[in-house]
This record gives sequence, C-alpha cells and structure tokens, in this order.
Amino acid sequence: MTLSRGTKVVLSIFAVIAFAFIYVPLGVILINSFSTDRSLTWPPSGFTTEWWGKAVENQGVRDALVTSLGVAAIATLVALVLGTLLAFALGRYRFFGRESLSLLVILPIALPGIVTGIALNNVFTSFLGGLTIYTLIIGHATFCIVVVYNNAIARIRRMGGSVEEASADLGANGWRTFVYVTFPLMRSALIAGAILAFGLSFDEIIVTTFTAGPGVTTLPIWIYQNLFRPNQAPIVNVVAAALVVFSVLPIYIAQRFSNADERGGGVI
Amino acid sequence: MTTTTATPRGFGYRHPRFRLAALLSAPMAWLVVVYLGSLAALFLTAFWTVDDFTGQLVKTFTMKNFQQVFTNSAYLGTMLRTISIALLVTLLSLILALPLAFFMARVARVSWRPLLVAMVLTPLWASYLVKVYAWRSMLQPESGVLAWFLAPFGIQSPGYGFVGIVITLTYLWLPYMILPIYAGLTRLPDSMLDASSDLGAKGGRTFRSVIMPMVFPSIVAGSIFTFSLSLGDYITAQIVGGKIFMLGNIVQTTYVTNLPFAAAVATIPVMIVLAYLFAVRRSGALDNL
Repeated sequence: MTLSRGTKVVLSIFAVIAFAFIYVPLGVILINSFSTDRSLTWPPSGFTTEWWGKAVENQGVRDALVTSLGVAAIATLVALVLGTLLAFALGRYRFFGRESLSLLVILPIALPGIVTGIALNNVFTSFLGGLTIYTLIIGHATFCIVVVYNNAIARIRRMGGSVEEASADLGANGWRTFVYVTFPLMRSALIAGAILAFGLSFDEIIVTTFTAGPGVTTLPIWIYQNLFRPNQAPIVNVVAAALVVFSVLPIYIAQRFSNADERGGGVI
Repeated sequence: MTTTTATPRGFGYRHPRFRLAALLSAPMAWLVVVYLGSLAALFLTAFWTVDDFTGQLVKTFTMKNFQQVFTNSAYLGTMLRTISIALLVTLLSLILALPLAFFMARVARVSWRPLLVAMVLTPLWASYLVKVYAWRSMLQPESGVLAWFLAPFGIQSPGYGFVGIVITLTYLWLPYMILPIYAGLTRLPDSMLDASSDLGAKGGRTFRSVIMPMVFPSIVAGSIFTFSLSLGDYITAQIVGGKIFMLGNIVQTTYVTNLPFAAAVATIPVMIVLAYLFAVRRSGALDNL
C-alpha cells in the first residue's frame, strides 16, 4: 500500500505528539528533582543539586533501596526457577489442563493488583501468622513468574527438540544434554526474563503494600509514605527521578538479550 | 522396516510422565495452591459477614455483601464510574495507539523500528508509582505543568478528578496497547495491502476491510490490559483523583475492618475481567499478550 505524502506527514506529526505525551511527564520528574522549590511548582524558580546530595545521605532511602534490591533479587531467583520449569512443561508436553495452566500463569498480572494483594494478604495473615519480608517475596515471585515463563517458552518453541535429539543420538544423557545443549541455547532468554522480573519487582507498589510486613519498606513504599508530606517533596522528587533513570538501564540491557519479534512482539 | 529414534538416556526420558510431573510439581504448587488457593479463599470470604459487635468473621453463606454493593447507590455509582473510567481509558489508548503503531510499523524507516519499540517499552518499566506522581505535578490545578502550558490558550488545567484519572491511567497503560498493535501491523504482509489497492480499494477501505480485521486480535490483547488494570486501580485515584473514588478505593479502605465486604467488591472487577478473557479466548488474542 502506498500512503499519500499528506497521510505520512499527518501520521509523523501525530507520532511526535504521542511520544511527547509519553516522555514529557518523565522529563518533568527529572527536572523537578533539581528544582529549588520545596513544593511541586512549574516552572521551577531555580536549579540545585542540593536535594540529590540530601537523598543520598537519607538513611530511610538507603535502607529502602537495600530492601528493594534484596526482595527483587530473591523474587527473581524463585521466578526464574518456577517460570523455566513451567515453560519446559508447557512447551514440550501435551497434557490435560495445559491451556488452563497457560492462562493461570498470566492471571497475577492480568488481574488487578489489589485483588492479588488482598487475596495473599488474607491467606498470609490467617495461615502464616502475619506479614514479613518473606510474604512480600512470595507475593512478588507470583507475578514475576510470567515474565520469565514468556521469555523461556518463546525460546523453547523456536529452538524445537531436534538439537536435543541430536545430542541424544551422540550419546549424551539427559543431564549432559541440558548442560551442554539446552541451557546455552536458553541462556539469553533467561537473562532477559530475569532482568524484566527484577524490574517488575523493584517497582511494584500495590501487591507490595498488601504483603509487606510492618517495618518492611521498599523504595516504592518509601515514596508512597512520603508522597503527601509537603516537607519531603524535594527528596521524593529525587528518588522518583532516580527510579526513572535506573529503569532505563535494565530495559536497554534486556532488549539486547531478547528479541521482541521472537515473543510475538508481546509486552511481557 | 523398523526405525529407531534415539531418545536421551536417563530415568526421566524413559518415563515422560515422571519427567512432566517433576517439571510441573513446583510451579503448580506455587500457582495453584498458593495463588489460586488465595483467590478461592477470598472469593469464599465474599459470602461471609463480619459480626458488627465483635468484629469476628461469621462463616455462614449469605449474599448480603453483594446485595449491598448492588443496591447502595453510592457503591453502585462508584462501580459504574469505575467501569466508565476503564472503558474511556481503553478507548483513548486505542485512539492514540492505532496511528502511532501504524507510524512505527508502516511509515517510519525499518532501521528505526527497534529504537521506536524501545522508546515505547522504556516508560513501561519506569516505576508505576513514579509515573502517577509525575501526573500529580502535571495536573496540579494552579502551579502544574498543564496549567502553565494551557494558560496562554485560556484553558484551565483539568486538575485532580475524573479527567485527571482517565489521563493518568491512559498514560500508564498506553504501551500495553501500542505494542501488540504494532506487532500485528508488522506481521501484515505487504502483498495483502498491495492486493487490496490493486482491487481498487482506497486507503480508508483497505484500513477497514483488510487492516482492522487482521489487527483485531492485537487490539483485544491490548484492551485486556488497559481495561483490567484500570478497573482495579486505586492508587491513581488516591494521588490524582481528588475526591473521586474507584472500586479499588472501597476495597482498600474496608479490607481491614470488613474483609468479606472488601472481597465482594474486589470480586466484581475479577468477574468482569474473567468474562472478558473467556469471551476473547477464541479470537487468538491471548497468544498476542
């Protein structure tokens, strides 16, 4: 189909506006973190790096960062194991309930976070005797499984079974085949899945507020707690800006490892 | 003639059922027992009540909570408002996503595509809370970015409220709509569009009769996210909603004191989403997620 020049120009202008809509709010966050104003005021009356220094020294922020990193790391590890196992089961076998299971794995992110949140909260407080940092990790791992699973199953489908059969023909047993053939082929998909799972956990707020024990403060919880405190606004701005900057990095790395076309161009 | 296919040696390979069970047991235990179990328990709780006097759970089956939601005009109003917000967000996302995805897939140079996809994907991974917070400074009634930008045109900032919620939620979930549509459009073979124009169809006709039916599953896939994620949201309403309440806010404010009622309210979006997922299952949309 050949588009008329006019249509192309209109679509290009539209694209510029749409990208502006996507990026202006993030830009505002970055600029606000350097503002001298103590409240959300636009345009800023002056610029300073003072608040970045204060934020780095802030003990609450530091503790929250450590908690966030730790929770995200363990949740990612759990999701990596469970998501990969599930991908091999669903990608290589036909069995009763297979379709339902592939639907079940996306439920934790397809259902509103508040539903997952209070459902887990209810079970944890009734049966596990209350909320701790471990219940938070369980909550996060539950919705991280799907990103690992999606990356892994796309690779498994593309890989096919012939290389493993070839390995078997050459006399390798199941374990050797996994170590020397399957895993190396899976590696980049698993790294991409892990980075995305880590990012998902690091940023999450809704399931987090319902599954984190008292005193367990992740970075998003810290922002949430300080959001409506006027005197904390400058530091909140800095933490928000830092979260934006650090989310760009992992997504860039993940992009290099995973091929969006391979996953059917899917989001997750 | 006999053919032999070598299978890898080892117990698991000789017993595929055993291998499948080994693969499935841990993820099944997690997803079915922990997750599905929790959802089932929550759903069950929705049919219980709380004793007003002692605050203890009364575990007898009753439809009281659901009756309350559907007969109390305040709750009913919140439910309808939430559904209209979710529908508006889905519609607005579609209106923004279609031309942008079309630009990315069909107008922009092929070598630009990976960059454009990365540009859409990146904000998706910026913290949800930070993005809502960004809109708090955008929408601030007097000193916000929008107020500053719109003042020369004599237009007021929408401020915090219904419009603010719709804009913010659209902003949050827009990439979920763009990416599947983009993927659908890139899969569309050029020859098919050429055939359409060879047969005399103009741009508009080709769009309606060829492009739309082909990308429909992608649109449905995107709408699952925009619709479902908007339905259950409560933080956006808290931060940029002013006095506007959504279903999620009711759940959040009642779950400590009256879990059965909160569970009943939370069940409503789930039922709507499940009905939607079930309805679109056949369209192939779920393979586009």
